[in-house]
Amino acid sequence: MNELIVRSGGLSTTVQDTGRDGQYAIGMPPSGAMDQYSFAVANALVGNPPGAAALEATYLGPELEFTDPRSVAVTGADCDVAINGEPAPTWAALRVSAGDVLSFGQVRGGARPYVAVGGGIDVPLYLGSRSTYLLTGIGGFHGRALAGGDRLPLGEPVGEAPVAGTEVPGELRAEFPDVTELRFVAGLCAYRLTERALASFVEVEWKVTKDADRVGYRLRGGSLEFVEREQPFGAGRDQANVVDLGYPVGSVQVPGGDEPIVLLNDAVTGGGYATIGTVISVDRDRMAQARTGGRVRFAPVDVETAVAARRERRVRLDKARAAVSAEQR
Amino acid sequence: MSASEVRLPPARYEHGGDEFVFVELDQEMSLEANLKAMAITGALRREDIDGIIDICPSNASYLIRLDPDRLHPADLVDHLRALEHSAGQLPDDHAVRTRIVDVPVLFDDPWTRETLLKFRDRHQDPSATDLEYAARINGFTDVRALIDAITSAPFLVTMLGFVPGLPFCYQMVPRERQIEVPKYVRPRTDTPERAFGYGGAFAVVYPVRGAGGYQLFGIAPAPVFDLAQRLPDFADDIAFPRPSDVLRYRAVDRDEYDRTRTEVESGQFRYRTREVEFLPAELLADPDAVNTRLLEVLYR
Repeated sequence: MNELIVRSGGLSTTVQDTGRDGQYAIGMPPSGAMDQYSFAVANALVGNPPGAAALEATYLGPELEFTDPRSVAVTGADCDVAINGEPAPTWAALRVSAGDVLSFGQVRGGARPYVAVGGGIDVPLYLGSRSTYLLTGIGGFHGRALAGGDRLPLGEPVGEAPVAGTEVPGELRAEFPDVTELRFVAGLCAYRLTERALASFVEVEWKVTKDADRVGYRLRGGSLEFVEREQPFGAGRDQANVVDLGYPVGSVQVPGGDEPIVLLNDAVTGGGYATIGTVISVDRDRMAQARTGGRVRFAPVDVETAVAARRERRVRLDKARAAVSAEQR
Repeated sequence: MSASEVRLPPARYEHGGDEFVFVELDQEMSLEANLKAMAITGALRREDIDGIIDICPSNASYLIRLDPDRLHPADLVDHLRALEHSAGQLPDDHAVRTRIVDVPVLFDDPWTRETLLKFRDRHQDPSATDLEYAARINGFTDVRALIDAITSAPFLVTMLGFVPGLPFCYQMVPRERQIEVPKYVRPRTDTPERAFGYGGAFAVVYPVRGAGGYQLFGIAPAPVFDLAQRLPDFADDIAFPRPSDVLRYRAVDRDEYDRTRTEVESGQFRYRTREVEFLPAELLADPDAVNTRLLEVLYR
């Protein structure tokens, strides 16, 4: 079996795929790549099937040494990439030989680069997925972030990879706007906020705090007031408390009224804080590329718009796949 | 049963973005709301509808995760509304078949005591322990009386979640005998693994070490979560508790705690578990009689 030698793990690099479905009811979140679009395009660039496991880095990518010839591609956040110290393009199909070293510079835009390798990262499946869930140490490479000295097992490439040099057209790459717009469906326990607070939630430009990871992003920038009420039995006394309920991935909770938390792929799956709406699935890709100190805004949409946005992403992904497919050449 | 009957408000259907539907059966906690959530989610599971990924019964609500590419969220809501009418009304002879489980707990243990003392600045009453505070605000004469109340009647597992395997447990006693405590003013950053906590009207055992906001009352010697699946009770599943399980929290002394820890560590431990059946209608009408019978089955 061939391996990928991890010379340095970067800041926090984990093995991720499309996610672990069907375990939410016992409290296990789906995990999986935070930016599913960039993840899927990276796999397409190396000729992998759509759900093959890849690496998700955060801010600073890993340093990886190859032990055999492979296809490799880096997508997601905007960063410098080098092979043996020579600059290499991102959003492009690359070819490496045994002994070649892939390394990263700090990200300039976005937060999370994705690295796909032909054949995929072949860590064992755990409950149907290779995704890492850091909180309880499940899946991925021994349930943790990569560290120098790790040797990642690689799968056998299936099918043909796009030829080296194939690039994803600019308009089909991820974007990193100054202010990330997050469409969200208001509701769940939105009745707990005053109308003024709900209005200010979408008017305020929120700043991403340093408490921003795969579990969720804590935001600051405004203050939201609750409708005064006699607390219902079983909730606990605080105005922000409700009887513990299930939290959707993407849901926005407001523990103190002044620090909304958007729950993401490694989220806690339930709890007793009022939740006021849910970021639509497509825009979790954008949120994954929002960084500490970055700004986000919320735009209310209905569920039809959320479903339509999903269709648009699929069309965009099909275009990206068509643009790089091996058969086209 | 009329005196204690709770009339549930109309259910609220909400979209959690495009991948989730949330249904709130009541803003308040009650056995009625939970039993209804279990009945509806149970019926939904049996239907095995394409596009439904997860069915998560919660305390007084439930959450469905779906794949919108296969099932339109609005269509699911229509279906759930219909199900509420056909499956949500529990007939008097409706029976819940489940397990009753003996869960040992060492109350007022040194480990959670050390943790809670570390986080006094986040607590409602920095001068008392969590047990002393909870006993006082619930009108008990002392900590012993509070522990007696917790161990005297079993709890229904009304929800799993937060992290894998964490059981939210609601005591099977009438509202006026329910213990209720607030969550910490600000959540702790640390909680020992297997800590026994109480928040709102819910008792929990924390599966893993980590953050937490519930009052800390004790620690369980046996795990509720076993990633390595080393213990026989975890052969099929990394989480032991299941929704609708009935857990009896039993106070143990330090000797039994240590003995049980040794059994866990050598892989010998098994929960004392019995199959049981109870009628929700009977439970609501005469909880003490049902609880007495359940405990008899458990310790027979």
